[in-house]
Amino acid sequence: MAVSVFKMSRRVRRNLAWGLLFISPWIIGFLAFLVYPTLASFYYSFTSFSIVQRPEWLGLGNYTKLLLHDDNFVQSLLNTLYMVVLQIPLAIVLSFLSALLLNMKVRGLAIYRTIYFLPSVVPPIAASLLWVWILNPQQGIINDILKLVGLHAPGWFADPYWSKPAVILMGLWGVGGSTVLFLAALQGVPKGLYEAATLDGANWLHQTLNITIPLVSPVTLFMLITGIIDAFQIFTPVYVVNQGTSGAPQGSLLFYTLYLFANAFNYMKMGYASAMAWILFLIIILITIVMLRTSTYWTHYDL
Amino acid sequence: MATGARAIPRRWQRGHFWRVEVPQQLLKHLGLILVGVLFFFPFAWLVLTSLKSVQEIFLFPPTILPQKVVWSNYAKAVTAIPFLQYFENTMTITIGKIVGSVLSCSLVAYGFSRIEWPGRETVFVLVLATMMLPFQVTMIPLYIIFDRIHWIGTYYPLIIPSWFASAYFVFMLRQFFRTIPTELSEAARIDGCSEPRIYWQIILPLAQPALATLVLFQFMWTWNDFFGPLLYLNDPRNWTLALGLLQFRSSHAVAWEQLMAASTLVTLPSVIIYFFGQKTFIQGITTTGFK
Repeated sequence: MAVSVFKMSRRVRRNLAWGLLFISPWIIGFLAFLVYPTLASFYYSFTSFSIVQRPEWLGLGNYTKLLLHDDNFVQSLLNTLYMVVLQIPLAIVLSFLSALLLNMKVRGLAIYRTIYFLPSVVPPIAASLLWVWILNPQQGIINDILKLVGLHAPGWFADPYWSKPAVILMGLWGVGGSTVLFLAALQGVPKGLYEAATLDGANWLHQTLNITIPLVSPVTLFMLITGIIDAFQIFTPVYVVNQGTSGAPQGSLLFYTLYLFANAFNYMKMGYASAMAWILFLIIILITIVMLRTSTYWTHYDL
Repeated sequence: MATGARAIPRRWQRGHFWRVEVPQQLLKHLGLILVGVLFFFPFAWLVLTSLKSVQEIFLFPPTILPQKVVWSNYAKAVTAIPFLQYFENTMTITIGKIVGSVLSCSLVAYGFSRIEWPGRETVFVLVLATMMLPFQVTMIPLYIIFDRIHWIGTYYPLIIPSWFASAYFVFMLRQFFRTIPTELSEAARIDGCSEPRIYWQIILPLAQPALATLVLFQFMWTWNDFFGPLLYLNDPRNWTLALGLLQFRSSHAVAWEQLMAASTLVTLPSVIIYFFGQKTFIQGITTTGFK
């Protein structure tokens, strides 16, 4: 008995050593690229710090200034909120409808699926430049079409009222990834449920409302959470539109990460930017917790 | 099942095919095509603009197809910016990251799936938890570290972190490694095979489909990345294609036809890889949830 325990523990020890050896790249990366920077950034967030000067302790100074005295910060939050309220529901509805279409039984589905997903693989930089061209107020194709049918042609990225809808259009173009997730969820719905519902006389709309939507709700929840996180991280399109961090016109495209980036690398206010990063982190954690908690009321893992 | 309701399937009734099924199919295709056009049109416009003359792209009313195909836009686009140089730079970073993440992530995933050790699952939860941390939090200290060791302007800040495993890929590979029967490893161990040899000679060859997914995603993400290069590459000689594209807009009169030609070229590798690896790609998205 004693021998076997001794043997066991030797095996366990050997396994532990191998295990740790195999995961050692992760351990090193975790400490160097995650733990240290996270702690450092937390410390910086309480200091006034540029890369050329030593950090100077400010206490909560950065946080109070951000929350109480920085109009740009408030605007960046409001702009992000605009995207959360408008883009995310639109993206979820559009990707769900596309997935419903792709879930029908017709020939040539593979071709349709390829096309629906295609925009998602276009590099964001190329996609952004393309949309700046498509939505060009004077020469863009969208305004050409609007003019031809006699509608008002907005200034899009040049107009503070239309700039965010333009970013939303750009974002909706790339919902293919979400469509694929919804499609997988749709294909996971047991066929028998629909057959039973048909026998009970439920039409397509009833089935969609009472079977499909509840059963894909975990995916909807996932998309809601990741969508909100992504909205806080929008950067490439708004950087490309103004070729920098200005967020023009009239700050309408000053998004959270853009303003953070501007503080850190244009104004060299790295302590201030770190405080922004931590506020972002807190918002993300909070939203995730709230969503997961409230989701028990509207997500269904089975019927 | 109520057999009565199914006694005469409707599709066998006379005339049902032409009266119901054909119109239904047509309607479905119509819906699919309508949405498909919305998705495809901007992409088509990218390519179509790249083939038109300067005069033609400003015509009103606009033309859809080029009156005359102007291939020279492409020649001008690749000489207006040092396209080949940027291509080489982008390839260097992409290959560096792919090699690094294949090696490191497979090693780490092996440690999390093929060896039983105390505390393994707890540590793995930590790996997953790191995915919650937004990049913005670590971005500034990382930049400062890389600045101190004089890596800003080089490819190192972009490539080296991928040699230390990323949580996403470790998660993905671990899921796959777990599906390989443990008996394979046990038998090898009884034969005196060491862990590194099991990893290299048994698991890696079997994990090729998962590794292919990793390579595909890593290629796509690195090739398409704009933020990383913008942050670290301040020397124009080291710029990637993504950064280089912005140069077209820095001049006052944007040469849209050339910009679209260059953008088409930059988009092409991603599209080609997508066409060939479509199955792998879509499976990757549905099993891991990241897109």
